[in-house]
Amino acid sequence: MSVSTRPKSVVPGESTSWTLRVRQIIDRKLPMDHLLPDRQPYYIGSWVYVFGVLTIAALVWVIFSGVVLSFFGPQWWHDSRVGHFFNSLHFWSVQLFFLFMVLHLWGQYFMAGWRHGRASTWMIGVVIFGVSILTAFTGYLSQQNFAAQFIAINGKDAMNSAGIGAFFNVLNFGQMYGLHVMLLPIGITFLVVVHIVMVRMRGVVKPIDPEGAASS
Amino acid sequence: MSTNKTPVSQDEYYRGIRTIPYDLIKELTLALAGVGVVAIVIAIALSSPDIAPVTIANWAQSAPIDFVTTSTNELAGATTSAAYGAPYNSGSTSMQHWGPIAPQSWFGVRIPVDSANAFVIQPLTRASVGNSDLFAALDQWQKATGDQQGKWLAAYTTALTTATVTDGKVAVATGDYGPLPTMMTNLLAVAQAGGLDGLLVINGRFYQTDYTQPLLFMGDGGYLASLAQAQNLKGSQWGVMNETGQYPGQTWLWLYTFWYQVWPFTSTTGFLGLSAANADLGIIIVMTVLTIALALVPLIPGLRDIPRWLPIHRLIWRRYYAPRKAAPART
Repeated sequence: MSVSTRPKSVVPGESTSWTLRVRQIIDRKLPMDHLLPDRQPYYIGSWVYVFGVLTIAALVWVIFSGVVLSFFGPQWWHDSRVGHFFNSLHFWSVQLFFLFMVLHLWGQYFMAGWRHGRASTWMIGVVIFGVSILTAFTGYLSQQNFAAQFIAINGKDAMNSAGIGAFFNVLNFGQMYGLHVMLLPIGITFLVVVHIVMVRMRGVVKPIDPEGAASS
Repeated sequence: MSTNKTPVSQDEYYRGIRTIPYDLIKELTLALAGVGVVAIVIAIALSSPDIAPVTIANWAQSAPIDFVTTSTNELAGATTSAAYGAPYNSGSTSMQHWGPIAPQSWFGVRIPVDSANAFVIQPLTRASVGNSDLFAALDQWQKATGDQQGKWLAAYTTALTTATVTDGKVAVATGDYGPLPTMMTNLLAVAQAGGLDGLLVINGRFYQTDYTQPLLFMGDGGYLASLAQAQNLKGSQWGVMNETGQYPGQTWLWLYTFWYQVWPFTSTTGFLGLSAANADLGIIIVMTVLTIALALVPLIPGLRDIPRWLPIHRLIWRRYYAPRKAAPART
């Protein structure tokens, strides 16, 4: 087997290799010490910065408990104590996920976290919030209990009035369950990864009024 | 407040700012463990809501007069679902628009539901096999003129307001109701035995996951709504964000639910064409606009400046804003 003697990198623009070009872009935009930093500006020493990572942690628990529930199926979480425990774990993880996400959103708002070229990071965050609400809505519809029944009956009118109900039938358990356990979680996970990559690429924003002191 | 500066490298952006050791992986691990412990403890301590769903059998057994009245109204085309409109049928009572904005009409009937046939006639037709009385009653109903059917329905509906229940059966005063008493007695019996729960989801195939028909049927009656009222789930009770029992529901929908409680969405006269009659559409439009505005906050003067005007950021970065003599040296 021969070993390549090509240089590991070349001057950008000189290579015709798509792979090498992509690697160079990644190296330039998101080097490993930015993706996994071991030092940060001293002003991140605030609890507000914790809400982002807590949101991600809650999302991991939501996905983990959701995978277990989807593996065993809808009857399991009603008929078995273990299944009901995982249903409870999923329920409370979702509550924590939204609690931390809203705190993260408010924190970023009052820090004006979109400054210095970070507007797109904020916008994707809002999209994640919206998709999360839709995912939770399909989850409440998929519970197969009394609340799910009445939320479906009550919610159909809003969907129908906007024309959405013609395609997104909240009375159709199969459609809601499929969206809830497959497409929407994939969408959230993808958007969260993009959000995190954008945060790591640009780093945390500087405090408002970077001259410091008490003047605004 | 600047939002669109050309991105610079992090080295350049943070030049002159002191850095401190930071362990991202450790923070994430601790967060996972901490959130996991909290979620598990709450799950064990508080469990989760799981009130059993209502079946049509429950409804027919617990509220037989409401069941028979609803079924009779289905035949008369007088229920919500019978006259709903898109996406179920060509009715109009639930159609909403705001001026020329009428998405409900634009997409038309995509989930066809013929309430009288689907909820009453077809189940009775299946149940009439081997039941000569019911077969004859159905035959009489279908051969009658629309005018005659209307007279029977009107008389029977009036009689149901004073109906009584004996041993689960509904009895009305003597009158000319045609075949309706036979039809409704049989439909009630099938429903009470649990047969209608299956007949309304039957689709010619073995498997099914679509509960559109039974949910629409139960939604037309008063029984399910009365149970929902007791659990604070109705729209007028901020119901979309509530959950059964004492559990938190979709509290993140508070703003969406809020609009249903206030003018002009509670008004019959309304404002600028928005009223209770098209509240669903109006509120969807309001929330869409607000969501887009939230996403575009970085670009909206005023909204993007509020954080600079309010001193909350000084609490968040209080070390940074501390008097210089107490602040860490920034090099």
